Amino acid sequence: MKEFGYNRASGVRDAVALLAHEPEARFLGGGTNLVDLMKAGVETPDLLVDVRGLPLGRVELRSDGALTIGATVTNSDLAAHPEVRRRFPALAEAVLAGASGQLRNVATVGGNLLQRTRCGYFTDTSFPCNKRVPGSGCPAITGEHHNHAILGASDHCVATNPSDMGVALAAFDAVISFETVDGPGELALSEFYPPVGDTPHVETSLPAGALITAVTLPAAPVAARSRYRKVRERASYAFATGSIAAAVDVEGGVVRDVRIAFGAVASRPWRAHEAERALIGAPATAQAFGAAADAELAAAKPLAHNGYKVPLLRNLVVSVLTELTEEAAR
Amino acid sequence: MTDLTDSATRAVGTSTVRVEGREKVTGAARYAADVPFEGLAHGWLVLATVARGRVSSIGVDPVLAMPGVIGVIHHGNAPRLNPKAGMFGIPDGTLQLLQDDRVPHFGRPVALVVAETLEQARAGADALVVTYEEEPHDTAFSADHPGAYTPVSAPVSAKGDVDAEIAASPVVVDQRYSTPEEHHGSMEPHASMARWENGRLEVVDSNQGSFMVSTILSALFHLDEGVVRVRAEHVGGGFGSKGVGAQLILAVMAATTFDRPVRVTLTRHQVFTVTGMRPATRQRIRLGADSTGRLRAIDHESVNQTSTIYEYVERNGEVTHALYAADAIRISTSVVPVDLPTPTWMRAPGCAPGSFAVESAMDELAEATGIDPVELRLRNEPQVGPLSGLPFSSRNLVGCLQEGARRFGWADRDPRPGVRRDGRWLVGTGMAAGIYGAGSVPSTAAVTAEADGGYTVAIGAADIGTGARTALTLVAAEALNVPPSAVRMKIADSDLGSAWFAGGSRGTSSWSWAVTAAAEDLRDKLVGIDRIPPEGITGRGDTAAQIAALAQQERHAHGAQFAEVAVDPLTGEVRVRRMLGIFAAGRIVNPLTTRSQLVGGMVMGLSMALHEEGLRDAAFGGQVNGDFAGYHVAAHADVPDIEADWVDDYDPSHPSGIKGVGEVAIVGTAAAVANAVWHATGVRHRTLPISLSRVLTSQA
Repeated sequence: MKEFGYNRASGVRDAVALLAHEPEARFLGGGTNLVDLMKAGVETPDLLVDVRGLPLGRVELRSDGALTIGATVTNSDLAAHPEVRRRFPALAEAVLAGASGQLRNVATVGGNLLQRTRCGYFTDTSFPCNKRVPGSGCPAITGEHHNHAILGASDHCVATNPSDMGVALAAFDAVISFETVDGPGELALSEFYPPVGDTPHVETSLPAGALITAVTLPAAPVAARSRYRKVRERASYAFATGSIAAAVDVEGGVVRDVRIAFGAVASRPWRAHEAERALIGAPATAQAFGAAADAELAAAKPLAHNGYKVPLLRNLVVSVLTELTEEAAR
Repeated sequence: MTDLTDSATRAVGTSTVRVEGREKVTGAARYAADVPFEGLAHGWLVLATVARGRVSSIGVDPVLAMPGVIGVIHHGNAPRLNPKAGMFGIPDGTLQLLQDDRVPHFGRPVALVVAETLEQARAGADALVVTYEEEPHDTAFSADHPGAYTPVSAPVSAKGDVDAEIAASPVVVDQRYSTPEEHHGSMEPHASMARWENGRLEVVDSNQGSFMVSTILSALFHLDEGVVRVRAEHVGGGFGSKGVGAQLILAVMAATTFDRPVRVTLTRHQVFTVTGMRPATRQRIRLGADSTGRLRAIDHESVNQTSTIYEYVERNGEVTHALYAADAIRISTSVVPVDLPTPTWMRAPGCAPGSFAVESAMDELAEATGIDPVELRLRNEPQVGPLSGLPFSSRNLVGCLQEGARRFGWADRDPRPGVRRDGRWLVGTGMAAGIYGAGSVPSTAAVTAEADGGYTVAIGAADIGTGARTALTLVAAEALNVPPSAVRMKIADSDLGSAWFAGGSRGTSSWSWAVTAAAEDLRDKLVGIDRIPPEGITGRGDTAAQIAALAQQERHAHGAQFAEVAVDPLTGEVRVRRMLGIFAAGRIVNPLTTRSQLVGGMVMGLSMALHEEGLRDAAFGGQVNGDFAGYHVAAHADVPDIEADWVDDYDPSHPSGIKGVGEVAIVGTAAAVANAVWHATGVRHRTLPISLSRVLTSQA
């Protein structure tokens, strides 16, 4: 591991000021991804600014029903929070589906949003990788890509975003608050992760040196009946090969409101807008759910070895929406 | 002293916690990378990043100027090695590190950077610029590869006319099976320290047999016998991967070159890259049977990848030699050299992948004949070695099958596939049998009666986490007729003399024989002795003559494994719900650690069935999933209910009735799981692992 400096931020302003002077600095949350990547030589910061002591560790219910989650709230605390479990059960399920108990106890919400892909070419410096070394090439496209993107990828990168939490946040229109030396700002999650294009190394739209301070979930009554289903090769401690966060509100057999987001299919949590559009006002039937999934997945461009994700995601849409609909009818 | 003629102790067969257990759980036990040395320097490997070619330059000078760097060893300055060195006297090209500029595969060590601290060595290694003259490479192993050939060491083994029997068989199964590269994944990464001390080369290592390592190391470095001393007090798993490691050879080179103690420790990623793996295999099984399920023919063809620098043969037909009776049997084995790292033994070499193929095919035969899979195996139980015609030393596969079927509740099984549902899960059960060779290899031991009344047993055994130290304590206590607490064990030191290594499931059987022989010698020497002198009285055992005099027999441990799985047809996820393994593996020395080894083997077999697959990039030849995030083994949640037990199988050809338990428990496991997946879904999976993508696409 390359030698690096360490500084504990005393406040949010202090944190962003510390980072502003040091372009090769990183904020340190739980460190569960960053420190691993430093050991592997993928991340080589000169300075770590530890933000775990900042006063950003609370989950607050606002009077309008929105939920504001501090950036340093640990994954474990987020998943256990009663308002999260009541209002956004899919978020709690998503967080609990990730990593291991030990990791969730230290991993933070802000860090979770910023975690890097687990593409084997990215995490091994003996391979080229456009995300790690821009312009060096993407061996995954013709190489091993069983768990790579089928949606929104480019000729430059087919890596996926590994977060479970992010999938639920995408389904519920999360807004990211951040702080820079110039003051605070906000980004909708839909804007937070830019398209891959020819700049796969640019993973967020955050201004340089920005510190994530909070994530806000607007009030969403539909989310009270929501689910996260993660499909993975082993029963725990594995990244998804496909996942879904979904919520549905059905009245009189007709879909009134629906939220669908996919994980492990794209460089970002993938909000399934096409599927949602197809379902609003449609009958809440397996056939309609399948047609909606097909509408979303029409844009899928599977590679040689990850075509299984298309039927997998279709099956997840039908299965989870059917489950939620049946539960609501009980 | 304790009276040797006291009433018999019952040490062997009594569950006993590891004698070094307290040291291990408190962290007091020191593994190879933990032992401090005065003036220790650290080496860090630099690995080739091309799949084939030559090293054209190594940018040593800038690295030598870095803080703490002592030197860089590479093909231009490395000590010259003996090209004939290798295990059993077979030259082993994998040992010939830094001898020339050739790069035979991705990940081959091309340099070692030595520095005062581990961090400085790593920084130097990261900064070392190596350029290559690349050559076209071939990493594409396949069954019909034009480079396939039959090794001289693995000629076709056959009896009867297989083709004629198959042609005349009313029921024929003819299928192909694939297994991928699999990795040992020992918890303790490989580590070695070497130093010259008083004219001797002293090595602290993590290995499976210190005497074997010292012998090969002596040959490799042109050293006289007795110069090298190798110790490996505690070892955190080996599974076949801990012989003479690259880190050891390079540590010796560095210690010799710089006249310093040097330790080289591998990272997890390096363990995946440089310590070998089970090769990928392709197998074809043809079974011919009459309508009652009696086998007329077994044809087992197997091919595995090897490297261009060593001919590694995965003897998949080993299991077929002695599993079932048949009128005709043919076992053929070939290898394909490709530009990839050299494979090596991994737990139940040959028998683990071989049994996946044969025991899957047997399930297909059960389906084709409509005969229950357990019954089918009982009907084909051999009376003598099916190929050799030799008698079995002891055999109780039938007991395993019957007891396993009884305890698993097999009799109630509905044979129809794809008809049981539990919510969104399809549920099925499957079983398979397995055998693994047993026997003993010549070893020496010494037992000393000490003046304080205790006994010191000295043997070059290895405890790689199996509990060997404890098992030998029990064997010695029984042989001496004293309580185990009176026995002190000294193991894992090449100075203790010639002994077999922890391999081939022959450690405990070989070592216990030597210990028993030494104890007998001691008892003879103690006759008429009233008082033990301060230096003690030592009895010695050497089993070479007795083992050479053994009658030729078929010696095997046996097992029958049963699995219940659930498959989600919508996602392809496969989860094992319960497993039962019943084994017949000689007399059980320590039930506690035996059960642990058997369950461990079954879990490893479960992993082989569902998870493990080394993925390589064809363009680079490097592994894309060389860590435990990418290379999956079963997590705790994947192993919900697993049980191992045994039936009687005393081996009269061993003085204590012992066989071995290290490997038999991974033989047949993957087939049991695969057969259960078929029973759950109606779809056969002949390619491992049975990943969710394979399940999903196979039913689409």
